[in-house]
Amino acid sequence: MNMRPDPTFHATAQLAMQAPVENYGFTVMLSPDGENPDGIAVVDLNPKSKTYGQIVHQVIVPNKGDEFHHFGWNACSSALSPLTGHAFLERRYLIVPGIRSSRIYIIDVKDPLKAKIHKTIEPEELFKKTGYSRPHTIHCGPEGIYVSTLGGGGEDGTNGPPGIFIMDCETFDIIGRYEMDRGPQDKHYDFWWNLPQDYMVSSEWGLPPQFENGIVPEDLLSNKYGHSIHFWDLRKRKNVQTIDFGENYQMALEVRPAHDPAKSYGFCGVVVDTTNLQGAIFTWWRDDDGTWQAKKTITIDPVPTDADELPELLKGFAAVPPLVTDIDLSLDDKYLYVACWGLGEMHQYDVSDPMNPVLSGKVELGGISAHHKHPNGKDFAYGPQMVEISRDGKRVYWTNSLYSSWDDQFYPNDSGGQMVMAHVGENGGLTLDKDFYVDFPKGYRSHQIRLEGGDCSTDSFCYPNV
Amino acid sequence: MILDETSLTALWWAVILSGIYHGINPGMGWPLAVSAGLMERRNSALPKALGLLALGHLLAMLAILLPFSLMTMLLIWEDELRIGAGLLVIAMGVYLLINRQHPKMLARVHPARLALWSFLAAMAHGAGLMLVPVYLGICAIDASEVGHQAARTLMAGNVQNALAVAFIHTAAMTMAGGILATVIYFWLGLKFLSKTWFNLDVIWAISLILVGIFGVYSAYSGH
Repeated sequence: MNMRPDPTFHATAQLAMQAPVENYGFTVMLSPDGENPDGIAVVDLNPKSKTYGQIVHQVIVPNKGDEFHHFGWNACSSALSPLTGHAFLERRYLIVPGIRSSRIYIIDVKDPLKAKIHKTIEPEELFKKTGYSRPHTIHCGPEGIYVSTLGGGGEDGTNGPPGIFIMDCETFDIIGRYEMDRGPQDKHYDFWWNLPQDYMVSSEWGLPPQFENGIVPEDLLSNKYGHSIHFWDLRKRKNVQTIDFGENYQMALEVRPAHDPAKSYGFCGVVVDTTNLQGAIFTWWRDDDGTWQAKKTITIDPVPTDADELPELLKGFAAVPPLVTDIDLSLDDKYLYVACWGLGEMHQYDVSDPMNPVLSGKVELGGISAHHKHPNGKDFAYGPQMVEISRDGKRVYWTNSLYSSWDDQFYPNDSGGQMVMAHVGENGGLTLDKDFYVDFPKGYRSHQIRLEGGDCSTDSFCYPNV
Repeated sequence: MILDETSLTALWWAVILSGIYHGINPGMGWPLAVSAGLMERRNSALPKALGLLALGHLLAMLAILLPFSLMTMLLIWEDELRIGAGLLVIAMGVYLLINRQHPKMLARVHPARLALWSFLAAMAHGAGLMLVPVYLGICAIDASEVGHQAARTLMAGNVQNALAVAFIHTAAMTMAGGILATVIYFWLGLKFLSKTWFNLDVIWAISLILVGIFGVYSAYSGH
């Protein structure tokens, strides 16, 4: 037990931006065919180090077929919440769920170079205590660690709706389900919140049979993936409002609220609009009378392409859809980064006015038909996908894999995992760093990145910027 | 009698000092006042939040002290009552020493319900209990001074004492927490929020045990 709050906890997003920069990154190593066990790669991010830009340590788990995807910290700046009055947790453990196996690993990264497994929670415990399966997003909240799941009970995860469960932030015991009243929510993906304003927002991907063995084209064309976001009274654990973007807005994935808790808005990315193959970003906000609203504020057009250059799945459309698969918001709430995994582009939008985003930077890399090369001359497999921004907002890191079986459908000829980095210009703009290119060990793909000391999609701040 | 007067003064100072001690503990809520001022973007939200926190704390003090003031009616059991109260406070301290879990219950309260939160925080930390031995000490000196008055008069005096202890303690607490919150809100900034935040868990638990021991000892020694 510490005597002082962890130095990586910050009262405001502003203070987090001024904190020392990251020295290490933690990135998912995914064995897509389950031939090898998955792991977490520790990447040296200190430009002064001899091993800069290299994987300096790997935590390889003992089981195969877990399918690592997203992960998060045991504690973040939310520990400074004035309501708990007890800020003495340590940011030390990564909570890493397997979304295929439903197994959860707790990895001790106190010394990143000696990171090791601290505890393993077997799937049976999760099933027994929550009735949920396929754990996904991690956030540290008022009553412990909140984890979203993609599946309900039963073999294929369709016995009952998926939801969120809570884990003890010190013992990592699973406490139980979060929801008291889920309303119409029957699918799940991401969630995040505003702690002082006491609301949570959750999103929808699809049920396990809709993604585990690959995207189901019939389900997509008949608009059966998720297209709604849900607003919750966080402490009453109650769904208070559901906003349906419209059934053509298939797969509402990442939820990114403004980091400054005085603001009552945020963003949500939609993978594909089935009427025109566009990618879309919605801005959601709270009205003066307390009602939630959402409006489409960014659209990204598909690129017409000769069918010969397209994978089986897309031949009939003669176009490459942008496929907005991840978004991330800088800590100053100024830039929204949008991964266009299909096009092979990373967009940077100035969202100072959240209702009128302006494209302020763009990097081309990989892509279904474009195959843009990295400035170092090497190929980049797949397209820009999981994106993470440094706390100071000056460096943007990303990897290339979406999800094992989906990668193979959209990019049947690609393989491998890479992590790259781009610099953010003084007044916006985005430039790839020629020398930062982490090639993952053979047989591994890469997914979510977490930065030492917190990043732009982990920490929840309890005090507004001054 | 001079000794009594000195003891009485010391006990009232204990009421004030414990108030200051509670006030500077972030666990009793001053960071909530800072947060309220910033979230509402109005300076006036800060004193309002402090007022609500004070109200909750005062009620928690009274919830503990008033039952004890009624029990002081049982004059012949006075020593037993003081020893029992002392042991109870020691037990609370030992419990807090052993149970060092991250508190979850308080996080369930809605951020805007400050008085309720403050009441529960004080109860959970045994803030009211910490005052009981001091309070009973004051009552005992009063009783010896007024001699064999009617029980009713004495009890009225003890209820007045309970109110006075609760008010003075809460005023001192609000003053201390208010000064910290104000200085951070207006001048130092939120960087100092995490810098001034110390883990008082162990010290707090030990304080309870010490106050409990004092209660038992003073009952034995006659004051």
